[in-house]
Amino acid sequence: MRSIIIYFKEIAEGVWSLLKGMKVTGSYFLRPSTIVTQKYPDNRKDLVMFDRFKGEVIMPHNDKNEHKCTGCGICEINCPNGSIEVISKTIMTEDGKKKRVIDKHIYRLGMCTFCALCVKTCPSNALAFSQEFEHAVFSKATLIKVSNKPGSQLMKGVE
Amino acid sequence: MPFDIYDFTSLTQWIDTSLQNAMSPFWTVIVEMLIVGVLILLFYALIGLFLVYAERKVCAFMQNRLGPNRVGPFGMFQTIADLVKLLLVELIPIRKADKFLFNLAPFIVIIASFMAIAAIPFAKGLHAIDLNIGVLYVIAVSAMGVIGILLAGWSSNNKYSLIGAMRSGAQIVSYELSVGLSLITVVILAGSMQLSEIVMAQADGWFIFKGHIPAFIAFVIFLIASTAETNRGPFDLAEAESELTAGYHTEYSGIKFAFFFLAEYINMFIVASIAATVFLGGWMPFHIGHWDGFNHIMDFIPPFIWFIVKAFFIVFLMIWFKWTFPRLRIDQLLTLEWKYLLPINLVNVLIMSFIVLMGWHF
Repeated sequence: MRSIIIYFKEIAEGVWSLLKGMKVTGSYFLRPSTIVTQKYPDNRKDLVMFDRFKGEVIMPHNDKNEHKCTGCGICEINCPNGSIEVISKTIMTEDGKKKRVIDKHIYRLGMCTFCALCVKTCPSNALAFSQEFEHAVFSKATLIKVSNKPGSQLMKGVE
Repeated sequence: MPFDIYDFTSLTQWIDTSLQNAMSPFWTVIVEMLIVGVLILLFYALIGLFLVYAERKVCAFMQNRLGPNRVGPFGMFQTIADLVKLLLVELIPIRKADKFLFNLAPFIVIIASFMAIAAIPFAKGLHAIDLNIGVLYVIAVSAMGVIGILLAGWSSNNKYSLIGAMRSGAQIVSYELSVGLSLITVVILAGSMQLSEIVMAQADGWFIFKGHIPAFIAFVIFLIASTAETNRGPFDLAEAESELTAGYHTEYSGIKFAFFFLAEYINMFIVASIAATVFLGGWMPFHIGHWDGFNHIMDFIPPFIWFIVKAFFIVFLMIWFKWTFPRLRIDQLLTLEWKYLLPINLVNVLIMSFIVLMGWHF
């Protein structure tokens, strides 16, 4: 008797779970607003990537062409692939002190695995990820980029 | 030329008599067979193309995707483009394959579905052959396709093909029982095996409503078993792509592969139209008791439309199953049949006979 009850209980549970699954797919079918596919080349103008998307490593500059990179080289040491190379130079400040600043922050996009170790470990939060994803180029040399803009300076107050 | 969208009998009779007047009876039969053959071929190709498109679109929407949308408006010409590509693909000869059987197998599969489609009543008078044992004929013919699948697996000289074919054989042998028994439930209710009479008996109510719960159980069992019989997911063990690459049609390419592919979709349409004919009243409009106004409005819709809508509703259900449920293991497949479907079905037939005996149905 008990086994008969179990038999019918199993059927009922099985049918119920199948109907639950069909409810999920059926509701997706009836609501086209749930579609996540992007018609990419068509909606290129208004395509917004997610904040978490790791496009490429950039160095944000403010409107006075200042960045936060002190040239400490921690990103270069932490990078597992050697994609980053910090070339620094020494300048004289106004009050006559010698100071080390970056000359070029070289970022090799072609070697980058987007592990984000550089962005996470930067002590002055000088690096960030951009949402740019159209990286296809005709020559490899184009993938070697200089992160700091020409003529940029260290932001005041960042040491 | 008498053309009535509600009754094709006069049209077919007019064609028959004008052919009889023009030529001898022998040639009349030949010409009529040719006309029917060409019409069915055309219908076959159109339905095949449409079903492939419909399945891709429906499954895409169920998975939050868009599906084909590049070729033509809403990607409507995608399947035609795919067909053209398939026709141009090279036919690869397989070394050490059994050449004769290898080439024969796709034709057996496609002929089996051709023969089944002949017995389906599409509308009043639009019926290629009205056998008095229509249900039996359809079961017998649609089960023949598995011979083609077995031959394809055997002759390919490939282990994946053979395993897929064997699984398909085991599957059909077991699920054929359920299909037959669930159809017998309806045959008991209708008192006839002739498909046209089964449809006529549903003029005052479809069998799924007339037969109370047993008819509904038979309908569900028929849906499950016929999905298994057409080798579609969640019962697609015969071509489980993650385990057996493509199962029995691994070694096929080009037009021969297209035959298998098309036959799968046509078989889906055939079982859907059998389910529509037997359970949902075929081309009969939806009638409710004595609501004469409502019934007249329903009569206004042509029978052919009724049939197609019902058949595609069942097809949609089967696509819904395929893209929702995970694939069964072979032991789960056989457990489902022998432990659940078959005993329930046998009891169901008994209950149905009792209901018919006591005259409890509507």
